Amino acid sequence: MAAILKNETLPIKSSSDIVKVRQFAREWAVSLGFSLVEQTKVVTAASELARNVLDYGGSGKVELEVLQNELRQGLKLTFADQGPGIADLEQALKDGFTTGSGMGLGLGGAKRLANEFEIDSAPGRGTKVSITRWRNS
Amino acid sequence: MDRIPILKMGEFLLVTIQVDMHDQLAITLQDDLTQQIVKHRAHGVLIDISSLEIVDSFIGRMIANIAAMARMLDAETVLVGMKPAVAITLVELGLSLAGVRTALNVEKGMAALQSSLKGKEFFGRNTEK
Repeated sequence: MAAILKNETLPIKSSSDIVKVRQFAREWAVSLGFSLVEQTKVVTAASELARNVLDYGGSGKVELEVLQNELRQGLKLTFADQGPGIADLEQALKDGFTTGSGMGLGLGGAKRLANEFEIDSAPGRGTKVSITRWRNS
Repeated sequence: MDRIPILKMGEFLLVTIQVDMHDQLAITLQDDLTQQIVKHRAHGVLIDISSLEIVDSFIGRMIANIAAMARMLDAETVLVGMKPAVAITLVELGLSLAGVRTALNVEKGMAALQSSLKGKEFFGRNTEK
């Protein structure tokens, strides 16, 4: 079980908040000693998921956590909204599937860019997505 | 409202994206650029993203849209200066920007545009004044 070393929650209410989420994710990834590619992956995944919160949930929040397990440290980001939720999770994770105007890469892409991915959603219950990226080596 | 500046360089337009773009800024750029292509009768657009630390699917889609719009206005788009980490991440994300030409830097991008413009002239498409 990983210990939480640090955490902070940011609101996601407008597209400028997406920029802020990216900046925070970057700063935290840098302070954890992530390589440039790891930083870029986690920041890009954060951007996709923050946009999902805004586009599908209307608004929501993200919690950033620095985790420590037996071996290494990681960055966990949990995005939550109170939107309509997702009826078919399997379909939502498929590349190219979207109910919005985007390209349908957000969820599947974020999953590929992270080491761990969890999603919890049902119609009327909102959506919660967590990604964790562990530092290599 | 802030805007991304569009510079005219001969027959080409140069856009250097330096800020972390929020969504409205990206949409404004699409509008501005298409208007400038027509206004200056530009035959090429160079988009320099060497200062961008990330390109997510929103920005990627905007770049692909700009290239498609420019093509319909008889202008070619070359995307230059992508960072290696951005290229790795974009492909993993699932976005390969298949329809967009790329070059390593502005100089090479400019050369690519010039040679494709020459090719067009050869086929007599842009010889009318």
